[in-house]
Amino acid sequence: MRQIAIYGKGGIGKSTTTQNTVAGLASLGKKVMIVGCDPKADSTRLMLHAKAQATVMDLVRELGTVEDLELGDVLKVGYGDVKCVESGGPEPGVGCAGRGVITAINFLEENGAYTPDLDFVFYDVLGDVVCGGFAMPIREGKAEEIYIVCSGEMMAMYAANNIAKGILKYASSGKVRMGGLICNARKTDKEYELIEALAAKLGTQMIHFVPRDNQVQRAELRRMTVIEYSPEHPQANEYRELARKISENKMLVVPKPLSMDELEDLLMEFGIMEADDENVGKAEAAK
Amino acid sequence: MANNLGLAVKPVTELCDDEVARVCEWINSEDYKEKNFARHALVVNPAHACQPLGAELAAHGFEGTLPFVHGSQGCASYYRSTLNRHFREPAPAVSDAMTEDGAVFGGQNNLHEALENAHALYKPKMMAIFTSCMPEIIGDDLTAFIKNARQKGFIPKDFPLPFANTPSFNGSHVHGYDAMLLSILRTLTEGKQVEGRCTGKLNLIAGFDCNTGNYREYKRILTEFGIPFTLLGDISDVFDSPLDGTYRMYPGGTSLDEAADSINSKATVTLGPYATAKTYGWIKDTYSGKHVSLPTPFGVAKTDAFIMKLAELFGKPVPESIKAERGRAVDAMTDAHQYVHGRKFALYGDPDYLLGYVSFLLEMGAKPCHILCSKGSKKLEKEIQALLDASPYGTDGKIYMNKDLWHLRSLVMTEPVDALIGDTHGKFITRDAKIPLFRFGFPVFDRVNLHRSPLVGYQGVINMVTSICNKFIDIVDETCDDRHFEMMR
Repeated sequence: MRQIAIYGKGGIGKSTTTQNTVAGLASLGKKVMIVGCDPKADSTRLMLHAKAQATVMDLVRELGTVEDLELGDVLKVGYGDVKCVESGGPEPGVGCAGRGVITAINFLEENGAYTPDLDFVFYDVLGDVVCGGFAMPIREGKAEEIYIVCSGEMMAMYAANNIAKGILKYASSGKVRMGGLICNARKTDKEYELIEALAAKLGTQMIHFVPRDNQVQRAELRRMTVIEYSPEHPQANEYRELARKISENKMLVVPKPLSMDELEDLLMEFGIMEADDENVGKAEAAK
Repeated sequence: MANNLGLAVKPVTELCDDEVARVCEWINSEDYKEKNFARHALVVNPAHACQPLGAELAAHGFEGTLPFVHGSQGCASYYRSTLNRHFREPAPAVSDAMTEDGAVFGGQNNLHEALENAHALYKPKMMAIFTSCMPEIIGDDLTAFIKNARQKGFIPKDFPLPFANTPSFNGSHVHGYDAMLLSILRTLTEGKQVEGRCTGKLNLIAGFDCNTGNYREYKRILTEFGIPFTLLGDISDVFDSPLDGTYRMYPGGTSLDEAADSINSKATVTLGPYATAKTYGWIKDTYSGKHVSLPTPFGVAKTDAFIMKLAELFGKPVPESIKAERGRAVDAMTDAHQYVHGRKFALYGDPDYLLGYVSFLLEMGAKPCHILCSKGSKKLEKEIQALLDASPYGTDGKIYMNKDLWHLRSLVMTEPVDALIGDTHGKFITRDAKIPLFRFGFPVFDRVNLHRSPLVGYQGVINMVTSICNKFIDIVDETCDDRHFEMMR
């Protein structure tokens, strides 16, 4: 069983990319489970054709304890026989979402959700690795392979680099390795080259460049992955290709995160940021 | 208004005496009981402690072992002082004292510095690490932290550091005990299993038990049998150590070498399935020899089961001395049965103890009425119900799972009983209900030496009969018009 965690900047398309990729793996005949680690609980919507049913933490809230919860109440089977669980969490602004992730994963372990027939477990994790709770999926004995979803936008690359720092911390004491960057294209300038260069600097690879296509949105509106909604569409092939690459990926590395200066230099090298721009900022500030 | 020292004090309430008296009366009523049982948002006097306390007890049970709390200092003080007040012995443990910055940045630095310090200062042979709530909430990764501590040289590479995640807000002290014990055994036995080796010994695990007399009783029984044994997590010399003028930081506990070799034993018996579920599960899958999980031997039937299992596992006849002991226990029960026959009892405690109380009371012809566990489960409820169903004295028994001592008070006030079995915290109830409290459970702060008097085995039966029956006779002596009670025939 390979356990894989997907990280990336908020709104970059982690959940969409994860589910489409998992649909691709399922179509290759793989047995997969998705564990959504995000209080918004939208990591399995496209597999289940519905906004996640009862999350682990929803039921815990109702029952008042995790002890009376049963696996069957939270584990649903979606498209391609993919097992789907959402950790869920508190309302925005209250409580501790990180602990929600810990509670949910402990529950899954203790109740035998990780059956030996599974080929892959995917953790779709909220935004940055903001606290210990959101690093739960990459603790020892869990995900050993991480992919970061990013795009050619500066902040997405900045977030990817930050996450790489988190991975480095865990990699030094455990078996966690970085599997690559998944570029979820935003059609920014020289995006392909830029992310490929970033990947090279990090010591990893851009495992796939997923081109921007509105077919993804059309499928999403119908609560489906592209692979299910329009299996013949070229975009479906992109996700199948990504699934195949992940399935065959052998390049697992300890990343070498960049300093902020190195990251800016990289952007300048590709002409995204003019050398003058920096001076303009300084001049404005000096006024 | 003046207190009993004659000092002026502010009254607790501005209400008139009549109103106070009315409410005092009302909380004893059926009407109030209904409201009390409809309560959800508040727990009043729960009858359990938290996971790390149980973890600390497990840690104390091993030679030269320093219990190490990864978390806040105040939490560590609570576990220590509870154990210390119960046994009236020191309970040395350290904490890495996480504060505000630890909560923000994670507790790795605290853990590393504390490991280095504690290792240098207190020279333990093992440190057993367990957590308080805070590091659990922020998601501290102990596996990684400990690996880093070894890599960075804060602690020698081969120094045993078992660890358990023991969030206080989950489970109870029995679960913490289980988790810590499991980790200790896992750590000590790693790589120690030798193909074909058999030490010929029995491993015995007592479960969460704060009665040092019980541990000594197990050892005595096994010695009578002539069965070589390793008592894993033996706290008897730790919390019942002689006062001879020398302070010993680590006065007892199971030898680490013996514990390491326990994986090659002939058989393992774990007592108290609710406090040893995970440990037993793991032992069953890894330890050589035979494995048995038995209820804590309270009362004759459960002791019989324990004794017969020992005889079976080691192919030895039950020693005459133990047969005679059984006979004496049965005699003690028969001699005294008239003082408890048909008496009603309320009881609360840890699952394994609770099952023991019920068994014993039914054997004596007493009636367990209100049976309460503040961290129970459906499985426990079923098991207690089965005991009740199997006895004509069990018909009045009602089981209350996940209720607290304020609920129990309502039960005792509306459906009176003759006595309560529990721990020190039950005394608010027995004071109001004017009934005796038998402190068989944990913790006992307000009586001395009770932890030295075993409750398990046939000797335990005699001890329980003695304390219960004599108390009832005391009450007759104090209240009966006939002052010649049991003097003249």
